[in-house]
Amino acid sequence: MLRAIYDWVDERLDITPLWRDVADHEVPEHVNPAHHFSAFIYCFGGLTFFVVVIQILSGMFLAMYYVPDIINAHASVKFLQNEVAMGAIVRGMHHWGASVAIVMLFLHTLRVFFTGSYKHPREFNWIVGMLIFFVMLGLGFTGYLLPWDNKAYFATKVGVEIAASVPYLGPYIATFLQGGDIVGAQTIARFFALHVFFFPAALLGLLGAHFILIRRQGISGPL
Amino acid sequence: MSKKLSRRQFLTYTLGSTAGFLGAGMLFPMVRFAVDPALKKGEGGNFVDVNLPLSEVTDKPKSVQFKVHKKDGWYSFDEVLTAWVLRDKGKILALSPVCKHLGCTVSWESNPQFPNTFFCPCHFGRYTKDGTNVPGTPPAKPLDHYETKEANGKLLIGPLLKT
Repeated sequence: MLRAIYDWVDERLDITPLWRDVADHEVPEHVNPAHHFSAFIYCFGGLTFFVVVIQILSGMFLAMYYVPDIINAHASVKFLQNEVAMGAIVRGMHHWGASVAIVMLFLHTLRVFFTGSYKHPREFNWIVGMLIFFVMLGLGFTGYLLPWDNKAYFATKVGVEIAASVPYLGPYIATFLQGGDIVGAQTIARFFALHVFFFPAALLGLLGAHFILIRRQGISGPL
Repeated sequence: MSKKLSRRQFLTYTLGSTAGFLGAGMLFPMVRFAVDPALKKGEGGNFVDVNLPLSEVTDKPKSVQFKVHKKDGWYSFDEVLTAWVLRDKGKILALSPVCKHLGCTVSWESNPQFPNTFFCPCHFGRYTKDGTNVPGTPPAKPLDHYETKEANGKLLIGPLLKT
């Protein structure tokens, strides 16, 4: 049945080569944990991507209940967590997944660094990876404000003050982040926009570039 | 089994079902979360004292306004509802003013052309005094009515009974 559907589509759209490009490639022995268990360190990049997929999915579902507004944000989070079925689980996935994503990203960066995988000819992919790192930090920073509780408010206040300490440009950056001169109604609106539209779009573009580059250049050789 | 399961097939099935199990474990909470409103039971209806002595309920429909507490997600408010209260063959009726055609608001004898009926201005829907839709006019069902109770000579209005 599934085979028949696949063949029907494949006959018309010729999707098999596409699938081959995505999935059918050799995994060198030195990155395969089945050969050397220590090669599990090569899994962190894929795990980061897996967690990012969970973040995107759980975030889409949370957005069905969440409202980015100073009056209702906290009430809507309280409602979706305590009164909607599985709310604590879905919010928990997004909450803990955010930390796990940063941790995995960091471990992946360490692996790339200590195996020297960033060297010629892969310098450009290191740059793309660093951009992904900053976008992920941006997602973390903007998402932290959205529950609009005390922790969110003061963390954002501190973050904005740090940004404001940049020489010359600081006050402008702070005003841009806040959307005004306090952390308030305008801040939560723009943090929400950054968190669900701007940063995810940038992230998906960068991830695409990251994956195309690694397929084109191949995995770096053994130590 | 007539044909032996090949190693490749076995691995495909095992990998496929493991992936399916993991994917379902991830997606189930999210989907359950999303469809929750459709699975939630409505709020139990409380009866509200509409401050109307039973002696004032007559054969002539009377518009009565009353407040019910409404919870809409994280937002709670008092909703003001209207009922047309009357005595029909000795029984007290509290009719909803929401037209069963497309949800406009009906009123008693609001059109002089149609005496002794509830009239909806949107598409000229009409109902007789007990809320029965007049055949040949747009509504296909009689008006909904509220549950009623009597206590200490006063009228209490409860949840809406949908037909």
